[in-house]
Amino acid sequence: MRTALAALLSVAAGLIVTSGLVSAQHENVDIEDGGRAFRSACANCHGTAGDQIAGIDLGRGRFRRVYSDPELVGIIRNGIPNTPMAATGVTEQQAVNIVGYLRSLAGSTRGPAVVGDSTRGRSIYDGKGACATCHRVNGVGSRVGPDLSAIGQNRQSAELEQSLVDPGAEVLATNRFYRVVTKEGVAVMGRLLNHDTFTVQILDSKEQLRSFVKADMREHGFVGTPMPSYFGTLDPQERADVVSYLMSLKGGSR
Amino acid sequence: MTARTVVLVLLAAVSLQGQVTFNRILNADREPHNWLSYSRTLDNQRFSPLTQITSANVKNLQLQWVWQSRSLEKFEATSLVVDGVLYTVQQPNDVVALDAVTGRVYWTLTYQPAPEARSCCGRVNRGLAISGDTLFMGTLDAHLLAIDARSGQVIWNTTVADTKARYVITHSPLVVRDKVIIGTAGGDGPIRGLIAAFDIKTGKELWRWYTIPAPGEPGNETWAGDSWMIGGVGVWNAGAYDPETNLAFWGTGNPSPGMDGRTRRGDNLYSDSVVALDVDTGKLKWHYQFTPHDEMDYDSTQVPLLADITFRGKPRKVMLWANRNGLMYVLDRVTGEFLFGKPYVKVNWMDGFDEKGRPKRVPGMVPGPEPKLIQPHIHGASNWAPPAFSPRTGLFYVSHWENSGSYVGQGRFARPAGVNTRQTGMGQVNLLPFFNNENETFGVVRAYDPNTLEPTWEYRMTDITWGGVLATAGDLVFSGGREGYFFALDARTGALLWKASVGGQVNAGPMSYAVGGRQFVSIAAGSALFTYALP
Repeated sequence: MRTALAALLSVAAGLIVTSGLVSAQHENVDIEDGGRAFRSACANCHGTAGDQIAGIDLGRGRFRRVYSDPELVGIIRNGIPNTPMAATGVTEQQAVNIVGYLRSLAGSTRGPAVVGDSTRGRSIYDGKGACATCHRVNGVGSRVGPDLSAIGQNRQSAELEQSLVDPGAEVLATNRFYRVVTKEGVAVMGRLLNHDTFTVQILDSKEQLRSFVKADMREHGFVGTPMPSYFGTLDPQERADVVSYLMSLKGGSR
Repeated sequence: MTARTVVLVLLAAVSLQGQVTFNRILNADREPHNWLSYSRTLDNQRFSPLTQITSANVKNLQLQWVWQSRSLEKFEATSLVVDGVLYTVQQPNDVVALDAVTGRVYWTLTYQPAPEARSCCGRVNRGLAISGDTLFMGTLDAHLLAIDARSGQVIWNTTVADTKARYVITHSPLVVRDKVIIGTAGGDGPIRGLIAAFDIKTGKELWRWYTIPAPGEPGNETWAGDSWMIGGVGVWNAGAYDPETNLAFWGTGNPSPGMDGRTRRGDNLYSDSVVALDVDTGKLKWHYQFTPHDEMDYDSTQVPLLADITFRGKPRKVMLWANRNGLMYVLDRVTGEFLFGKPYVKVNWMDGFDEKGRPKRVPGMVPGPEPKLIQPHIHGASNWAPPAFSPRTGLFYVSHWENSGSYVGQGRFARPAGVNTRQTGMGQVNLLPFFNNENETFGVVRAYDPNTLEPTWEYRMTDITWGGVLATAGDLVFSGGREGYFFALDARTGALLWKASVGGQVNAGPMSYAVGGRQFVSIAAGSALFTYALP
């Protein structure tokens, strides 16, 4: 019983570990880079959400016990002896960034640290955020990016917050962008609809359905998401407002 | 034109439909215009000696006819062609006889499997066998049918196993003299797999061999407790036959439950193996197990391919095998001796072989409570799509996946890695949107040198493939894939020489035949059969 209680307390303590410790010791914490490093070095075992191993939920700050940031950096770099947790081979700075990324995720999933207002969020969506340039809600806006009419049904607020801060972190295969350059030097980019060994079909930035023969192109290939990070352009309150608006979109209003 | 040539031309034009004796099947090279068994010859080389279509003229191939089936199941069958008549299977178990020149229908036999028949991965059938003027088909409800090739009437109908107990049949039977031999699929469920021989004339069962030994039989000790009774080990792809040893060979499926070996500790013989049975008695002559105690669903039901090659400077009678487990093998087909093996795709579950050819497992790379990334994917590397071998080039042609893997955990359904989840079903009829990038899993056709098991060339697809391979004496290799293209490659270089967009997934092996001196190449794609020839 005592053991169980101790475990419970440690889990609870783990939940309230806050971000900021890393940034207190390292001035340059690159959360976006941390996300990338996490996905390449950690997600194979822990999963992209960090919750694939029983009892551990990295995205929510839930570890086997309470760890300080330097301890986590050490674990990421050196592994834990006699456990499946292997040394990752990432650099000190990357490990710091990973911890920063995990702490930021845990912060965002811990609950409404910043409570959003969906009405204000809609204004930001339509105005400062210019989200409709690429996205569509209930028939309004561009078809080039993912349709968000039911995004609140399909995503959690933490995931939406992550997409605002680090939009390339997780992109569905169906939402990836592709770029071709014709032999005449004309570049066309758009959302990939389908491709095969010989051809590619995209919805281009002007919302036109386009099909190309790869052999006729000077170059062709996947490109990163054109969505910008709102980490610097929207403050935490504004991002929370946008997330609140997006979470209110449940589809079915058309 | 000499008198002899005139006679030959007239004979070819008339296309007399003679009795298909076993001697004809054994000597199929004497009548290269016909396709008398699943891979044309009983060594499963899927090589056509026809030379009209060559690497020089294949670019002129034109569509001659399309036959559209009414089925929405995957079209996995390879047709037979006997003297101008083409026999194929409308999935799952209707048999159709067509004019091989025009694609017009002579007759259709409708067979409705019992509703209890449940296959794991599609209601499919991969083809027929023929003897005399009788066709044979295994059915989804685990029956074996003898069918009159002229009328489409059922001659006899024998129950091979009880489909209510999860037995199904999906592969083409093997005819050897007076016997027709078939195995049972369903090994992802709690069956005890078997291979059985039946009298061609009467359908009477002559022998039965279980893929899992009973108590008292050698190998039963490789199954903990009573797990042997429900250990799976289906047989679901065509066998091969070697007349010199009178041995027939089949690959066997995974043990059950597939991704959790805790209840069946031991090697689980004869799962994931090739077995050599004496055709007269049904006795096991030898076996080689590719994946002992499999927990990754690495069925070894690839088509055994027999070839006589010079191996390490000596003539050898070998069996070539590109296994689902990511390893390629050269076995002595007389003794079963392991001669050579190595990974041909990314493999992380083993690291080398011991002196007897048993794979050395990488410590920890077995499914546990938490899923681990194990490569290749549970669907392979290679799966059931038939390979080919050209005696002209000496190369082993295999279509397979590369760079694949899955997260496998005890008792869990494996999650794919590197593969768009929409791609991982066991193939489909129709084309699906495809989004993978170049770092994810992709399909290839590769030409392997049997002496090195290294590819001499590769033709890379963007999507994965479930299509088989045909090699021809015109030095061509035909194949297709999930992208819905049927294509011809130069057998010596892999260069793409011709392609056709067939608008549906290719889930079968190509085949070739001739009528009236004109060579045809035929492929099932989507729900239809497409047949091409030179103008």
